[in-house]
Amino acid sequence: MNPGNNITERWRNSNILLLGGSAGAFKTIMAILKILPPGLNKPVIVILHRKKNFASDMVPIFRKISRLPVNEISDKQKITPGTVYLAPSNYHVLIEKKGCFGLDVSDAVWFSKPSIDVTFESAADTFAGTCTAILLSGANVDGAAGLLKLKQAGSLTIVQDPEDAEMPEMPRAAVEQDAADYILNTEEIIKLLAE
Amino acid sequence: MDASARNLTTEQITELIDLVRKIHGFDFSQYSQASLKRRITRVLMIKKLDFYDLKHALINDPAFFQVFLEEITVNVTEMFRDPLFYKALNTTVIPYLSTYQHIKIWSAGCSTGEEVYSLAIMMQQNEMKDRSFIYGTDINTRVLKDARKGIYSLRNIKSYAENYQLSGLGGSLTDHFTTLYDAATIHSELKTNILFSVHNLISDTVFNEFELVCCRNVFIYFETALQEKILDLFYNSLSPHGFLCLGSKETIRSEKFKKKFKPINQKENIYQKIESW
Repeated sequence: MNPGNNITERWRNSNILLLGGSAGAFKTIMAILKILPPGLNKPVIVILHRKKNFASDMVPIFRKISRLPVNEISDKQKITPGTVYLAPSNYHVLIEKKGCFGLDVSDAVWFSKPSIDVTFESAADTFAGTCTAILLSGANVDGAAGLLKLKQAGSLTIVQDPEDAEMPEMPRAAVEQDAADYILNTEEIIKLLAE
Repeated sequence: MDASARNLTTEQITELIDLVRKIHGFDFSQYSQASLKRRITRVLMIKKLDFYDLKHALINDPAFFQVFLEEITVNVTEMFRDPLFYKALNTTVIPYLSTYQHIKIWSAGCSTGEEVYSLAIMMQQNEMKDRSFIYGTDINTRVLKDARKGIYSLRNIKSYAENYQLSGLGGSLTDHFTTLYDAATIHSELKTNILFSVHNLISDTVFNEFELVCCRNVFIYFETALQEKILDLFYNSLSPHGFLCLGSKETIRSEKFKKKFKPINQKENIYQKIESW
């Protein structure tokens, strides 16, 4: 499947970029954060699975590589375009209608907190068809259901090609549930987001 | 039933909130909308109900409301959740409190008691347990029953022990438990000077004066205006220069309350009451 004009336009016109990743997704997320231009016209929300007491060491690493400001999400924080937001470990991230984040400490979903499904479903609820969501490498099935909801709401949904992913289970689950508008490899994803 | 029957509209949520307030006297109108919606949708799924079944049960089945309340409120907690918070508390607040003859602590929204016992263990490690008293409160009577028992699954204790190691409190968490089969029971001497009781942060008032109030990961479920109302309750519940601990991701954003609480540890959201004259 080759990304045509349509996908580029949908990416450009979307109001929010959602990135979901688990095992094996770190490098791709770094590559994406590296190419996103300063003054991007939308916020970037990153849900990355990791161990719960693995502190917030991720933020300084992202700050080094991204040309956009990077924040770890805190409760009721306002969502601003051109900013990267990282889900804190041991919390689910929800998106409130008034344009701020909400946090939740309820049970893990697919053994994950933050769960990609929780944020994607919440984004589908709040932003409906105006998101671009990308699901990357991972060893469980979190994210597929949320991505499908985003697709059904009319958002642009992209899944990393399972063949290209270090851990194919997560993208494969999304493909099998028919949650992907496009299946792209890392190179194609980077190329699209750079436009 | 297909999933769309459980896709609640904002109007339906508002209708349920009104209904619960009128019939049961609990006000959820200032709860964070996205999380409340997720919790209600979850009840529909678990109980296999649609919106109309739920309304019917809330109106006609008095016992159902208790179940609903338990499912709507999030009761997930850990002992020594956020070990670095306990580390900060132990190094910055405890030395200050150690000069007091009596120390009263309030764990607000204590759920099944893990935070209360974590605080009790911290006080014991500092040899301050005998002159401290900890109140654990929640709106949910069922979780308080579990809290009083102080019995936790061994599987959870393993993860709590990991937290405990990182908190740097010294000794081992399992020193404070008796283990039998797959359950770990808090030592009875640790349960002294602890009282669990029902308190509703939204509708109840000041009930004592405290040197330390912990209310962690409760504000995330509330809208900003309600958070401020409860900050006022905490301010009035604290002794002069008393301490307030919020969750690690719960910052005081209100200008009004920034003048009333001084941050002691910005990262862990530990505050100290500023006296106004």
